[in-house]
Amino acid sequence: MTAPALARPYRKVRPGLWAAWAFLALVCCAALFPALFAGAPDQVDATAVLRGPGAGHPFGTDQLGRDILARVVYGARASLFVGLGSTLLAGAVGSAWGLLAALGGRAVGEAAMRLADILLAFPGILTALLVVAVLGPGTRNATLAITIALAPGFARIVRVQALVVRDSAYVRAAINLGLRPWRILRRHIVPNVLAPLLILATLNVGTAIIAGASLSFLGLGPRPPAPEWGSMLAQARNYLDVSWTLALFPGAAITLTVMSATAAGRALQARYERREP
Amino acid sequence: MPPLARWLARRLALTLFVLWGTATLAFAGMRLVPGDPAHVIAGGVQANATPEVLETIRAQYGLHDPLPVQYAIFIGRLVRADLGESYQLNQPVSTVVLEQLGATVSLAAGAAVLGFTLALVLALLTAGRPRAGALTRALEFCAISTPNFWIGILLLGAFSFSLNWFPVLGEDGPRALVLPWITLALPIAGVLAQITREGLERALGQPFTLTARSRGATENRIRLRHALRHAALPVLTLSGWALGELLAGVVVVETVFARQGLGQVVVSAVNGRDFPVVTGVVVLAALTFSVINTGLDLLYRVVDPRVRQAAL
Amino acid sequence: MTEPLVVVDGLSVDFTTRHGPVRAVRDVSLTLRAGECLAVVGESGSGKSVTARTLLGLAGQGADVRARTLSFAGHDLRRLGARQWRRLRGRQVGYVLQDALTSLDPLRRIGYEVAEPLEVHGLATRDDLDDQVVGLLAEVGIPDPEVRLLQYPHELSGGLRQRALIASAIAARPRLLIADEPTTALDVTVQAQVLDVLAARRDAGTALLLISHDLAVVARLADHVAILYAGTVVEQGPAAELLAAPAHPYTADLLAAVPSVEGPVPDLSGLRSAPAAQEGCPYAPRCPLADDRCRERLPEALPYDTGRLVRCWYPGGAPASVPGERSAVPVVPARAEPVLTVRGLTKRFRSPDGSHRTAVDDVSFDLAAGEALGIVGESGSGKSTTARIVLAEFEPDAGSVLLHGEPWSGLRERDRRARRSRIQLVDQDPLSSFDPRYTVEEVVAEALPRTRDRGERVAELLGQVGLDPAILRRRPGQLSGGQRQRVAIARALAPGPDVLVCDEPVSALDVTVQAQILTLLTRLRRDAGVSLLFISHDLGVIRQVCDRVAVMKDGKVVETGQVETVFRAPQATYTRALLAAVPRIGPGPRVPARPRVPEPVPVTDLKGPT
Ligand SMILES: Nc1ncnc2c1ncn2[C@@H]1O[C@H](COP(=O)(O)OP(=O)(O)OP(=O)(O)O)[C@@H](O)[C@H]1O
Ligand code: SF4
Ligand SMILES: [Mg+2]
Repeated sequence: MTAPALARPYRKVRPGLWAAWAFLALVCCAALFPALFAGAPDQVDATAVLRGPGAGHPFGTDQLGRDILARVVYGARASLFVGLGSTLLAGAVGSAWGLLAALGGRAVGEAAMRLADILLAFPGILTALLVVAVLGPGTRNATLAITIALAPGFARIVRVQALVVRDSAYVRAAINLGLRPWRILRRHIVPNVLAPLLILATLNVGTAIIAGASLSFLGLGPRPPAPEWGSMLAQARNYLDVSWTLALFPGAAITLTVMSATAAGRALQARYERREP
Repeated sequence: MPPLARWLARRLALTLFVLWGTATLAFAGMRLVPGDPAHVIAGGVQANATPEVLETIRAQYGLHDPLPVQYAIFIGRLVRADLGESYQLNQPVSTVVLEQLGATVSLAAGAAVLGFTLALVLALLTAGRPRAGALTRALEFCAISTPNFWIGILLLGAFSFSLNWFPVLGEDGPRALVLPWITLALPIAGVLAQITREGLERALGQPFTLTARSRGATENRIRLRHALRHAALPVLTLSGWALGELLAGVVVVETVFARQGLGQVVVSAVNGRDFPVVTGVVVLAALTFSVINTGLDLLYRVVDPRVRQAAL
Repeated sequence: MTEPLVVVDGLSVDFTTRHGPVRAVRDVSLTLRAGECLAVVGESGSGKSVTARTLLGLAGQGADVRARTLSFAGHDLRRLGARQWRRLRGRQVGYVLQDALTSLDPLRRIGYEVAEPLEVHGLATRDDLDDQVVGLLAEVGIPDPEVRLLQYPHELSGGLRQRALIASAIAARPRLLIADEPTTALDVTVQAQVLDVLAARRDAGTALLLISHDLAVVARLADHVAILYAGTVVEQGPAAELLAAPAHPYTADLLAAVPSVEGPVPDLSGLRSAPAAQEGCPYAPRCPLADDRCRERLPEALPYDTGRLVRCWYPGGAPASVPGERSAVPVVPARAEPVLTVRGLTKRFRSPDGSHRTAVDDVSFDLAAGEALGIVGESGSGKSTTARIVLAEFEPDAGSVLLHGEPWSGLRERDRRARRSRIQLVDQDPLSSFDPRYTVEEVVAEALPRTRDRGERVAELLGQVGLDPAILRRRPGQLSGGQRQRVAIARALAPGPDVLVCDEPVSALDVTVQAQILTLLTRLRRDAGVSLLFISHDLGVIRQVCDRVAVMKDGKVVETGQVETVFRAPQATYTRALLAAVPRIGPGPRVPARPRVPEPVPVTDLKGPT
C-alpha cells in the first residue's frame, strides 16, 4: 500500500504529557531558584525532630529537625546537575567517539570500538564505582563517573547509525553528484546521525538521574550535609521504624522527575519517528 | 560445525582481550589515584602513619618497583587467578569474594527468574490487546522510572516494619529474600515486558501471522508457536543489559536490606579505596558478563536460523 | 452450469483509521465456480487484498464489512463465529500471500509451515505427517522435498519459497484457493512456473481467485476478470472478450500501458494521473471522456456485450490507444562518438561462506551520445553490479570504463569528483535516495550549482518532469511512488549529465504510472540529448525505451543488438527462453497447464547486490 501520507499528522491532547512537561519545568525552577519555594535546607529545628507532614513542615522533618520540603527543593539541583550533566557530556564524548570509530579509518575505528567493548563488558555501575574509587566521592566526580559509564553505549549506537547513514542511498546519491566529502559529512551524515541521538539522550536523562541517586544513596555522591535525594533516602532508611514518611518525598521526587523526563523523551521520539517516512 | 567453532574461538579471544583490558584499566586507575597508595593502605590519608610504617608498606606491596614491573607482576598474578590481598581486610581477595559470592548469586538469580517470568506473562497476556495493554504499560512505566532502592525502602517500611510480614534485617532463610527479589525484579520486569510486548506485537503484524491465521490457527497457537520466538530475539539482545542492571541493583539492594554480599564488599572497598578488592570484583564481573553474553548470543543463533550462516 | 462456490454481492468494507474513515471496497459483486479462475486486477490500493481477505474473515482490525450476500458453498459468511471461521480457513479456503519471504515464518522450517494446516485441522497423524508434507512439496514442483522440508525460508530461492507457500495453502485440499500477487517480484521464467502450479490446481477442480496488478500475468490463467479501481469493480466479464475489447476507459488504459514484447509500441503520452474521485465516477479525474454527469453520479454496473458488466456512462467509448511508430525513439547515427566505453568488466564478490562468486564476467559495450542501451536479465545476473561500476561506486577487478574516451574507472576519487556530474543515477527505490530531512526543493537544489537563480532552475526542472511546483516544500515521504520517481529524475537531470543510468526505475510502480515515467524518460532523452543506460528485468519495458539491448545471464552478456532485431529473432538460447516466458495478452484460448519443469536451484540462495 503506497497511499501517500497526505493527511495531517495525528495530534491528540495528552494531559499526562502536559503534566510531565509542567513537572519538569517545576524541577528546573527549583534547581535554579530554590529560595522561591522553601526556606533554608540546613536550618535545624530541635523542637521538631522526625515529625510527620503537617503545618509548618508540609513534608515533615528529618532526624535533625530539618525541613524535608526545603531539602527536597534544594536537592533538585544536585540531581539535575548529575542527570543532565552526565548525559550531555556522555552524548558529546560518545558522538565524537562513535563518529571516529565509523569514519576514522580502519585502525582508529578498531581501537575505538575495542575500548568500548571493554567498558561495555561489565555493568555501568561498576565502571562508575571504579571511577569513584579513583576520583573520590562528590557531585562532580559522580557526574564524571556516570559519564564514563554511559559514553561507550552512546559511542556504539552512534557508530552503527553512522555506518548506516554512510552506506545509505542518499549519501551515495550525494557522492554521485560530486559533492566534497566534507560537505557530505556536514550536510548529510552528521545531522542524520545526531538527530536520533538527541532523542536517545533525552530518554537517558532519567537513567542518569537514577544512577546519580544510587551513587549518593551508597554514600558516594555529595558529602552528607548537602541536600540530595539519594542521600536523604539513605538516611531515611535508618529511621524506617520511627517514620516512614521520611522516605516518601525524596523518593517521589526522583520517580516523578524520571517519569516526566522519560515521558517527554518518548513523546519527542514518537514525533520524530512519525516525521520519518 | 566449523563456522560455529570459528565463532566460539573468536568469542574466547574477545573475552580474554576484555579481561586484559579491564584489568589494565583497573591498574591504571589505581596508579591515577591522587596521593600515595601507601597512605591508603595504611588506613587513609588522615591516618598518621609514621614514615617507617609507610616504608614497610611500600616494600611489602612492591611500590618501589618501576611501573612497568609492577604492571607485569600484577598481570602475572592475574593469569594465575591471584587477585592479590585486600588492603583493608588483610585477606586474599579471592577468599573475600568467594565468601560473599553465594549470597549475591542467590539474590540475583532469584530476581532474574522472577523478573523474566513476570515480563513474559504480562506481555503474552496483553500484546495486541489495547485496553489491557494500556494499564500494564502504565504500571511498567512506573516500575522503570522508580529507583529500586526506593522500591526497597517502601516495601521494607510497609511489609517489614508496619505489617511485620517479613523479617526486618538479617538474611536467614528464603523468607528474607522475598522482598529483595521483588525489589530487584520490578524494574527489569518493566523493561523486559515492554520489549517482549513490542516484539510480540510486531510479529503479530507481520504477513506470516496473517498466513498462519489463514490456515485456521488459533490465537494461542499463533502467539506461542510463532510470535513468541520472534519476541525472544530482542529480549535476548537486551538480556545482557538487563542482567547488568540486576547486578547494579544488587549493590544497592544489599545496602537497603542490610544483607551481606559482593555489593557490600565492593561499596566498602570503594569507600576505603581498597583497590585489590575493587579490581578483583570488576574483573570477575567482566568475566561473568563475557560468559553470559556469549551464552546469550549462542542462544540467539539457536532461535534465529538467519544469523547462523553469517560468521560474526 | 454448477452452483457458484463463492457469491459476493454488494460488498463494502470501510476502515476507521485515525485519519478518518477509509472506504477500501465499495459495492463489489463477484461469483466464482469450482474449477474456474477469477482474476481481480487493479492498481495498488484499489482494494484487491481487502476483498480477498474478507472471504477469510481477515479483513483486518477496525474493518466494517457489509454485503447483501457473502456466501461460500451455500454458507452465509456474515453469520460465522470465530470458531467457524477458523474451521473454514485453510480447510475450505487456502490463501497465498504476496511476498513469500515475509509470509512464511522466517524462524520456522519449511516443513513446519506446510504441515501447519494439516495439524490445525487434524488431517494428519504423527506418522504420516512427514510423508504428506513431502508429497505436497513434490506436488508443487519442489525438487528434493526431503531436504527442503528441513530448510528455512531464507535458504530457498524466491520461486521455491513461493511454491512452498502454495504447498501450505493447498495442504488441506481447500475448495477455494486465493492467490494474492503470487508472482510479483519473481523473474519471468519462475513466474511462468508458479502460474503453472496454480493452473494445475484449477484443472484439478479448485476454484482459483487470482489477484494481480498485472493484466498480462492473469491473461494466461483467468476465465473471468474483474477490474478494480478505487474499491469498485469498474468492469468484469469473460477474460478473452474483456481483454480483446475493453469497454471501460480504465481497462483500456491499463491494457495499453502493459509494455509488450511484440506489436507496435503505443504512444502513451495521453495517460493522466490523478487521485480517484470520492463523488461520482472515481475514474473521472483521469478519464478522457469525463463530463458533468460522470463527475456527479456513479454509474451503475450495467450489462454490456455478452456476460459482461461495466460501470461507465460511455462503455466502449474509449479511443483505442494510438499505436505510435517505432520512430518515436530517435535513431542514433551509427558513427556517433561513444560517451561510455566499457571493456572487459569483471567483478567478484565473497559470499558469506567464504567462496568467491563472479557477479560480472567480461562485460563490454559502448554507449553512444543520445543512445538508449538496455540491459536485461534475471535477478542476480549482474545488471546492478555493472551499473554500479559504471557509476564508479566501486572498482572492477578487471576491465575498464572510459568516459568520453578518458579513463573513468581506476582513478583516485579526487580526480573523478569534478566529472561525477556527467553520469547520474535513477534508482528503483527513490525514497531511500533522498535525505529524510530534505524537502523536494532541497533535494533538487543540492544537485545544482549555488547560483542566484537556483530557485528558478529547480522550478524549471520540476516542470520538465511534469511536477507541480506546489510540492516543493513537501518531503518525499509524502509523495506517491510516481511523484518520487519524477523528483529523482529531476535531480538526476539537474547537473546536465551526459549519461543517465536507470536501474529498474519503474519496477515498483503500477503499470499506468510506469507508462508515464517511461514516456517521460523517452521525451527527456529526445529533448536533453542524454544517453540512457537502462536496466530492467522486464523485456517489454526495455523495448519501449531502448534502441539497443544487451542480455545478461550469470554475469555474462549473452546477446547484444538492436532491440527490434533481438526481440524478433533472438539468437541466444537464453534470450529465446526469456522471450517465451514473457506473459502476453493475446487473443486465443487460455493456456492449459504445461508439464512442469523443475527449476534448477542452488542449495542456498546466493544473492548478488540488486
Ligand atoms: N487494516 C486497514 N486499516 C486501514 N486501512 C486499510 C487497512 N487495510 C487496507 N486498508 C486500505 O484499504 C485500501 C485498499 O487496500 P488493499 O490492500 O486491498 O489494496 P491492494 O489493491 O491490495 O493494493 P496492493 O496492490 O498495494 O497490494 C487502501 O487504501 C488501504 O490503505
Ligand atoms: S463514467 Fe464517465 S468518467 Fe467514469 S469512466 Fe465512464 S466515461 Fe469515464
Ligand atoms: Mg494487496
